[in-house]
Amino acid sequence: MGILETRNLGIEFNGKKILDDVNIDLWEGHVHAIVGPNGAGKSTLAYTIMGLGGYRNISGDILFQGESIKDLRIDERARRGMTLGWQEPARYEGLSIEKFVTAAVEDKSHKKIREVLGKAGLNPNLYLKRAVDRTLSGGERKKIELASILALKPKLVMLDEPDSGIDVASLRNIFDAIKLLKENGSTVVLITHSLEVLNQAEHAFLMCCGKIVEQGKIEKIRKYFEKKCIPCTHENIPDLNGGA
Amino acid sequence: MDGVEELYRLSKLDKALEDPNVGHIVINLNKILDKRLIPGLEIDARELEDGIDARITVREGTVIEKPVHLCFGVTHEKAVQRIKTEVEIQENAEVLFLAHCIFPNAVDVTHIMDARITVGENAKYTYLEKHIHGEYGGTKVYPKARVELGKNSRFKTEFELLSGRVGLIEIDYETVCREESVMEMTSKVSGRGNDIIRISEVGHLVGEHARGVLTSRVAVRENAKAEVHNKLNATAAYARGHVDCKEIIQDNGIATAIPIVQVSHPKAHITHEASIGSVDTKQLETLMARGLTEDEAVELIIEGLLS
Ligand SMILES: Nc1ncnc2c1ncn2[C@@H]1O[C@H](COP(=O)(O)OP(=O)(O)O)[C@@H](O)[C@H]1O
Ligand SMILES: [Mg+2]
Repeated sequence: MGILETRNLGIEFNGKKILDDVNIDLWEGHVHAIVGPNGAGKSTLAYTIMGLGGYRNISGDILFQGESIKDLRIDERARRGMTLGWQEPARYEGLSIEKFVTAAVEDKSHKKIREVLGKAGLNPNLYLKRAVDRTLSGGERKKIELASILALKPKLVMLDEPDSGIDVASLRNIFDAIKLLKENGSTVVLITHSLEVLNQAEHAFLMCCGKIVEQGKIEKIRKYFEKKCIPCTHENIPDLNGGA
Repeated sequence: MDGVEELYRLSKLDKALEDPNVGHIVINLNKILDKRLIPGLEIDARELEDGIDARITVREGTVIEKPVHLCFGVTHEKAVQRIKTEVEIQENAEVLFLAHCIFPNAVDVTHIMDARITVGENAKYTYLEKHIHGEYGGTKVYPKARVELGKNSRFKTEFELLSGRVGLIEIDYETVCREESVMEMTSKVSGRGNDIIRISEVGHLVGEHARGVLTSRVAVRENAKAEVHNKLNATAAYARGHVDCKEIIQDNGIATAIPIVQVSHPKAHITHEASIGSVDTKQLETLMARGLTEDEAVELIIEGLLS
């Protein structure tokens, strides 16, 4: 049994099954990827596991370290050791990067903040005093979010499209940070439709139409990118390399 | 006990006032407890039955480097304090006044401020008003200012409640801006319990190239109420202005925003934005996904907004 397990997890919106009998089992300390075309239900799966508002009316169960968490609030799940990095991180007004990064961690020292900003690929001197507001680009906010997750040292972290809005040069920073998370003992879930991100993982799930249609070593999942085909009845064969 | 120690401690003024180059006046209710003048700064203050009548002048061409501290305290539980001031910042002078309004024990304290302010040509005046209230919500605060800005002058004011309960705050500021002057009026207040916040900020951009920004940041939680009236009125060519009001409501809080922009010159331009709403879901859920409770997350978001 892994650190996180979903059992016949399902969710519907407007009578449509968006997650359909999803069973995944995440091995502790490993880097996993969940890949699939746009609209497959990848983000929904992450939101459901985290317990975000609007994603709580589920069927099936979610177990974290062997215990059901489906009735816990987001913060209760977080305090058990799981967290989520958004595809599009939130913007705040006036909230300093310093406060944001250390909001939920004990060590609020400048040394710590500098360390995690650096590891997320940001020059601490340029960012420490700024706010997590609209003056930051999407890519910058993603790195700041990653810094806050590095400071947290979660047991499980789900990163939704960790490369979106990130320039080619910075992609290295993101991948290094993912490695660091693993080294620190975190179980990592990368939600992606990019081959490059998939390559950072050790194990992957292929998702389509709310279902897990394949899983295994990344070599096995990678071939679906190359062939641009997936083993399901999805009539509209998606381009796994393209799109947003 | 004249309250001077308590006022110094709460305002953290002890350190600042050790510096002989820092001008200040410290008032508890209607008593002048301490005062230091520096070259170019004149404070002519008179004790009244229920307050103080002060004329404050910064002489022509005087540039005061360090903030001048004005401490208007009431350490009593019940009192009415009336502060009447005439402030004159003369031509080419520059100064920053830091007003500490401290009512730590207020069960029923009313603080009425009535200021007439003139800022001369090319002068720069910054007035930061920082409030420290007690936890009982027994404070009623009525800051009123009428401001005249001379040609090419700058005026910046910021009202902020640093700690304690609002009680009732009724801000009433009105500024007339002559040509090429710049005005910024900002208020930041967070209310809870049965607090009532009323803000009225009015700017008249009457001179060519006059510029003005009115900013309000308000949060109301529990049963608190807020009403923000911001009005900018432009009557001269190339006058530019912006009204920016953001209010967050939680629980049973009620917020109203009434921005009025009035332009009567075809070459003037004024914009406004106002938003009222609950805390943004994604902001909240991000912080909760790090382990903060909903209340802690709301607190942090509001703290940022008001910072
Ligand atoms: N809250 C919601 N209400 C209605 N439909 C939703 C909601 N969340 C997701 N969906 C739908 O579920 C499907 C999967 O979305 P999503 O999980 O975002 O896909 P992916 O992340 O794989 O691109 C989409 O068709 C989307 O429109
Ligand atoms: Mg998605």
